[in-house]
Amino acid sequence: MSAPQHQEPVSFAFDEESEAQIVKILKRYPETKKASGVIPLLYVVQKQMGRQTGSAWVPRVAMDQVALRLGMAPIRVYEVASFYFMFNTKPIGRHHLQVCGTTPCWLRGSDEVLRACKDAGRLKGYGDTSEDGLFTLTEVECLGACVNAPILQVDDDYYEDLDYDSAVKLIEALKRGERPEPGSAKGRLCSAPEGGPETLLDIPLAEEK
Amino acid sequence: MALSDKDRIFTNLYGIHHWGLKEARRRGNWDGTAGIIAKGRDWIIEEMKQSGLRGRGGAGFPTGLKWSFMPKESPDGRPSYLVVNCDESEPGTCKDRDIIRNDPHTLIEGCLIAGVAMGAHAGYIYVRGEYYNEHLVLQAAIDEAYEAGLLGPNAAGSGWDFNLYVHRGAGAYICGEETALIESLEGKKGMPRLKPPFPAAVGLYGCPTTVNNVETIAVVPEILRRGASWFASFGRPKNSGTKVFCIQGHVNKPCNVEAEMSIPMRELIERYAGGVRGGWDNLLAVIPGGSSTPLLPKHICDDVLMDFDALREHKSGLGTAGVIVMDKSTDIIKAIARLADFYKHESCGQCTPCREGMGWQKRLMARMVEGRAELEEIDVLESVTRQIEGHTICALADGGVWPVQGLIRHFRPVMEERIAAYKAKRAGGTVPLAAE
Repeated sequence: MSAPQHQEPVSFAFDEESEAQIVKILKRYPETKKASGVIPLLYVVQKQMGRQTGSAWVPRVAMDQVALRLGMAPIRVYEVASFYFMFNTKPIGRHHLQVCGTTPCWLRGSDEVLRACKDAGRLKGYGDTSEDGLFTLTEVECLGACVNAPILQVDDDYYEDLDYDSAVKLIEALKRGERPEPGSAKGRLCSAPEGGPETLLDIPLAEEK
Repeated sequence: MALSDKDRIFTNLYGIHHWGLKEARRRGNWDGTAGIIAKGRDWIIEEMKQSGLRGRGGAGFPTGLKWSFMPKESPDGRPSYLVVNCDESEPGTCKDRDIIRNDPHTLIEGCLIAGVAMGAHAGYIYVRGEYYNEHLVLQAAIDEAYEAGLLGPNAAGSGWDFNLYVHRGAGAYICGEETALIESLEGKKGMPRLKPPFPAAVGLYGCPTTVNNVETIAVVPEILRRGASWFASFGRPKNSGTKVFCIQGHVNKPCNVEAEMSIPMRELIERYAGGVRGGWDNLLAVIPGGSSTPLLPKHICDDVLMDFDALREHKSGLGTAGVIVMDKSTDIIKAIARLADFYKHESCGQCTPCREGMGWQKRLMARMVEGRAELEEIDVLESVTRQIEGHTICALADGGVWPVQGLIRHFRPVMEERIAAYKAKRAGGTVPLAAE
């Protein structure tokens, strides 16, 4: 990886919460195949950074810790961290606004969601972090929620069936420190059609055993 | 006759009921699982073959046949693995998400039965990283199943030991390709492997492995409970069963719905998704099975059936059954150019034709959107896509060029008009042609 353009921390250590997660993670893989834990451990790092600094990203020194823990060469961890899109290898804002711009979302108005993010989040465009450090704006590829397009993913949560106004409302709420319930802005039940399910209304339920 | 609720496998697709084990059992999940397993591995595989189930992840390979490739016993002590593909990243596809968040026990029960059928005592479900909340539900459902003795030693009282784990990806479409998924699960970059050897011989950790899509595995228990002939009674021969369709884009009421295979496309859209915005005559084109499948113009959509073979006859495919509807307001060149961007973004960079080709295609498509091109370049574009296709390790590049080929096949006049309009606006001006 090229030399970082940002401030890297000088050290990283897993905290108690992370250590507990690592114990659970490593149980999933054969003893000799610990490298399988690399993606899960990078997530653990990213979450811990979010908890500790308000910016969920993976510094280089933390990758080295992951390598040490899994018995991997550091370069193998750097490779994985840079290959997979969801690892932020530089600091990001408090909230990560991820606009899906792929065709299914674009057909349903993702350009409007982008405009809302720029206006309400005071962001110049993709890749930008707001001056107050509250938001980073990223374009992502298909999020796999296409019947609820367009989608804005905020950190881990999907906000669906958005338009300009509902996206602005969401971002304003985030600014106030609120966390609106994820899901459809139109009140849809998951992927059911607007107005309520038209199938699966007649499912027989057996007596509880 | 429309499919009735009693014939739907995913009885909680929308989350009307709770996903938990208690409710799932009331809906019929985990009913007689040990009895099914007692009938034995050969019976299960034979029944799956008879059901006509073809893989629901896009390629449509017969499931029973795929399972039969797994070694009967391990001469060298290597274990066998079941790997479930929940990477669901094909634009237009969002069915597995509903299964793992609302009906997870269909999948978990299916994993146990599939594990028995392929001689696997362990399974991994690879969930795309973005499905964070969904993976929490799936994990909670697995924890419940362990607690109830449905997983672990002597799973569900079947005498078979089976462990099941959830593994999250981290945002890479390529990991939906089965060997890239295996690489990723082993802790590497998601770069596809050359085949052969196929995963059934050398897969996860070098062991015999079968990778199946979520929906494929999740329909298994119900097929075995009700019988292969029940499942095969829906749809045309070799295209049988029920299928979750994701109907989206310019329709009045986008939704997921489980319907019978071979349903006419028009009926699917009008019965379940409220019809095309502005009426059927306002339809321009439909991408029938996720982004990789070439679009079909309205005149084909009028009477085409939604199954593997019917769509293949029109040089498209059922793929993942993500039905992307576009009405006449759509800039069709831009819609396809955005898909070209997608494939450029997602190319893993391993094979030259894909790494270079997806970028080249993206740049030329960007010019086609503007019309800033020469007419002959449409042929150049077509010819380059033919040289990319089939010349890479995996099918990502194929899926990346097919949408563009479909555009040229059916909407060439629109591309020509765009070029003419651009030229007219800059009458007499030259058009930069150098590669950029």
